[in-house]
Amino acid sequence: MKLLEVRDLQVHFETDKGVNRAVDGLSFSIDTGEALAIVGESGCGKSVTSMSVLRLLPTPPGKIAGDIRFRGEDLSTKSEREMRRLRGGEISMIFQEPMSSLNPVYTIGRQISEAVRLHTGANTRAARKRAIEVLILVGIPSPEKRVDEYPHRLSGGMRQRAMIAMALACNPALLIADEPTTALDVTIQAQILDLLRDLRKRTNTAILLITHDLGVVAEFAERVMVMYAGRKVEEANVADLFAHPRHPYTQGLMDAVPKLGQVRSGKMSKALAEIPGRVPDLTQAFEGCVFAPRCPRAEDVCTHLDPGLEEKADGHFAACHFAPKEAARDKA
Amino acid sequence: MTSAPPEQESYVVARAMPAIISAPPKRNAMMRTLRRHPTMWLGGTLLALVAIMAIFAPIISTSDPSAMNPAVRVQPPSAEAWFGTDMLGRDIFARSVYGARVSLIVGIGVALFATIVGMIIGLTAGFVRWADGIIMRIMDGMMSIPAILLAIALMTLMRGGSVMNVILAITIAEIPRVARLTRSAVLSVRELTYVEAAVACGTSKLGIIRLHILPNTVAPITVQATYICASAMITEAILSFIGAGLPTSIPSWGNIMAEGRALWQVKPNIVFFPAIFLSVTVLAVNLLGDGLRDAVDPRLAKRV
Repeated sequence: MKLLEVRDLQVHFETDKGVNRAVDGLSFSIDTGEALAIVGESGCGKSVTSMSVLRLLPTPPGKIAGDIRFRGEDLSTKSEREMRRLRGGEISMIFQEPMSSLNPVYTIGRQISEAVRLHTGANTRAARKRAIEVLILVGIPSPEKRVDEYPHRLSGGMRQRAMIAMALACNPALLIADEPTTALDVTIQAQILDLLRDLRKRTNTAILLITHDLGVVAEFAERVMVMYAGRKVEEANVADLFAHPRHPYTQGLMDAVPKLGQVRSGKMSKALAEIPGRVPDLTQAFEGCVFAPRCPRAEDVCTHLDPGLEEKADGHFAACHFAPKEAARDKA
Repeated sequence: MTSAPPEQESYVVARAMPAIISAPPKRNAMMRTLRRHPTMWLGGTLLALVAIMAIFAPIISTSDPSAMNPAVRVQPPSAEAWFGTDMLGRDIFARSVYGARVSLIVGIGVALFATIVGMIIGLTAGFVRWADGIIMRIMDGMMSIPAILLAIALMTLMRGGSVMNVILAITIAEIPRVARLTRSAVLSVRELTYVEAAVACGTSKLGIIRLHILPNTVAPITVQATYICASAMITEAILSFIGAGLPTSIPSWGNIMAEGRALWQVKPNIVFFPAIFLSVTVLAVNLLGDGLRDAVDPRLAKRV
């Protein structure tokens, strides 16, 4: 049994312009201790997916349909009370903004122990001890002192560590990290990723990493899922995806990352590749492949036939009519 | 399963962090705040004096504020009656000193009740989406009527001026302001990431209100409460002045002035002294409020 299994997730928002299909028929699963990354550009439904797992989306205007199972149990049938027990307990979440994710009026120790007390019913002293333990776990120096400090006295990286400590305080089985490194500078990013990787190994916590940064994915995940306009367009394990991206969108994303040594100006200049066009308006109905209007390889068939996700190679899925199949792999 | 790892384990990052110098211990934080905000200090002192006067009114003024003596009507200030006497020969000093009681009780009472009820209404409006529109339109409707007019109307409805009725009438007129402020604070705080993070941690709605929303609304509401206190004092004086408030058997600065109104050109002392008391008290409360606001939100302090 998978730890988390999402099947045919649909998240729709009622807007004045019509129904926005933020997530449309998404399926994925995570095993215990696995690291799955969801990549995609802004507005492709990454965060909405993660929030609907915890049922954190306001409904209405949101509407969630589909099957979300955690340890085989259907989350949609859970009461609000049961969901609360799950949030922060079995499934916890790290947010993008470490600067604003901590309440400025409480010490970090208080905030961590609050979560512990909420879920384990531990008394104040035990909860505080646990807070210090997790602060050690996330590598905050002199945790006995730090536990009594207010968030404004910590640097961004330290705050993100404190956030991770808070998320880990109740030994979650699944940690959802929604762009955990976006607000941090590159050195700290690397440290936080190292930390998450190390924690995953040590505590066997599955991690669902949401990011738009392919560098972070390569660094961290085992399996990657590429999303575009609320759909999954490609899924593969990391090495495979980076070596042989099969969906034109994934290829476009990778070409759009500047590479070291690439000449940007002068005689030998080569403009950074971009994906032409814009993300489709999700309130409009469309036929065929979502990516077709921007796809360099699009042909007639793409505009009226939805390619659907197909296994192109062992464990490598892509939703494209023209994605090379297994045979093509040797040539590439 | 995640026990504390042994210290020797390699935390490259952790070890590379320099030891951070701890801040000096906080000493006399209260005194420092006061020194930094002299307006608060001044307002607080003045208000304390008025409060002492109100509490010890029987000791400070030796004569009965309601004792009439037609023989010494409309006397100018003298050694016997420091502020003179009114048309019925009552000692204006005694009446003014006792008047402080009414003013303070009304001011504080209104501030307290209006804050409590207003916060409950504001929290409900901010949290219960469907109720928001209904509640706030009612509040808007109430705010469209000037507070004094509304209070007069309510006093008429309640028939009979007692201190409790005056407090009630002014409280109802002041509630919308607190409700609005609370609601706006709730709306801005509930969208903050740390509230979202707390929800993701499994905190219940009541827990969110108690732990995250309330502490963040207390500061602006406290400041607002002082302004309400000051405006309630003025409203009470106005009500009593026009005769809609307290009867003259309960001395209030408003009704003392009302009695001296007809004579103010020849005997200004009847109006003058209670007016000074009222002005100084309201000023004290406002100074305290300004000081509090500056202490709570230092960004505003530099603007004035």
